[in-house]
Amino acid sequence: MRSSDQTLEEILALAATHFKVPREKLAPDDDFFQKLGIDSLQALELLTRLENHFHVELPDYELQGVSDFRTLADRIQARL
Amino acid sequence: MEAEITERLQGEALSWELKEGVVELALHRQPANEIGTLMLNELEMFIGALKCLEDQACALIIHSQLPAGFSAGADLRELYEKSRPLPAEERSRQVRLFLQRIHRVLNCIDASPLTTIAAVHGVTFGGGFELALTCDLIIADKMARFCFPELRLGLIPGFGGIPRLKRDLGNGIVRDLLLTGRSLNAQKAATVGLVSQLVGEGEALRVARATAAQLCKFDRRTAIAAKKFIKPIPLEELRREIDIFCELFAQPAVEEGLRRFVQNSTAQPYLP
Repeated sequence: MRSSDQTLEEILALAATHFKVPREKLAPDDDFFQKLGIDSLQALELLTRLENHFHVELPDYELQGVSDFRTLADRIQARL
Repeated sequence: MEAEITERLQGEALSWELKEGVVELALHRQPANEIGTLMLNELEMFIGALKCLEDQACALIIHSQLPAGFSAGADLRELYEKSRPLPAEERSRQVRLFLQRIHRVLNCIDASPLTTIAAVHGVTFGGGFELALTCDLIIADKMARFCFPELRLGLIPGFGGIPRLKRDLGNGIVRDLLLTGRSLNAQKAATVGLVSQLVGEGEALRVARATAAQLCKFDRRTAIAAKKFIKPIPLEELRREIDIFCELFAQPAVEEGLRRFVQNSTAQPYLP
């Protein structure tokens, strides 16, 4: 099973790749809406990519109020 | 001239074309194929043409040309702006008229003798999901998401979503989608039987075309008889849905919910 740190790192790498932001510019506590420059439709795209990557189902209401990578990783880790 | 208009039309919100026995209806109203007056007007034009197209075709594919997805559903901004200045009774009357028009369109697609395929990707929400549900098959790329977010606004889906979803799926998953308002990814949608083919990113239209080419080999009369037998239109429930929607629409909570959505300047209006 993945560690929390591995999950977080994979999220950061996936976000960097798909939203074309250099990986080194993303930090765990960054606001991903701001840092990736995404709106809610693109956030849903990120959610779908994460669900497909980790093979989990993450109801979108669990993302309510979540805007940083670390908390997002915690939510996913709880479903692994 | 008339035949040319029927076989091909480039509208503002959608276009259609008849090619080798397959009608392709492409949605392209920015930003995410919201279904408001413009889309409805053009869907009605399409339905007018469909009667002629049905004699020349065997399949209909509905897809989106926009990267955001198939459709984000009803145009909530238009609904809010148009209904806000009206007295409550008139507001309710206008909504009912809109719903009756969209139901006529969706019932025609649902009952069409053509075999119908929704090729979906990205956001397939609310009214967009309801449009997909009129089709015989849903082919989804793995980035598609399905959702009925209406309860967040104090409403139920109004374009026939619940009766059609109930027709296709078990009541448990219908309640889950409706009562939680959560979105399902394409993988889950395929697992519960909503999606007939799950395909790679960007592949839904190609696979829909290949599927249409295959089913066009079958005898049309047999295909029509099979569809009629297996796919009843839940007309009574569809009528009741309009009544319930209009009753709920008159509640003050709905105006407040719409106002919140329209005035939401954060990046999150499509999230719960």
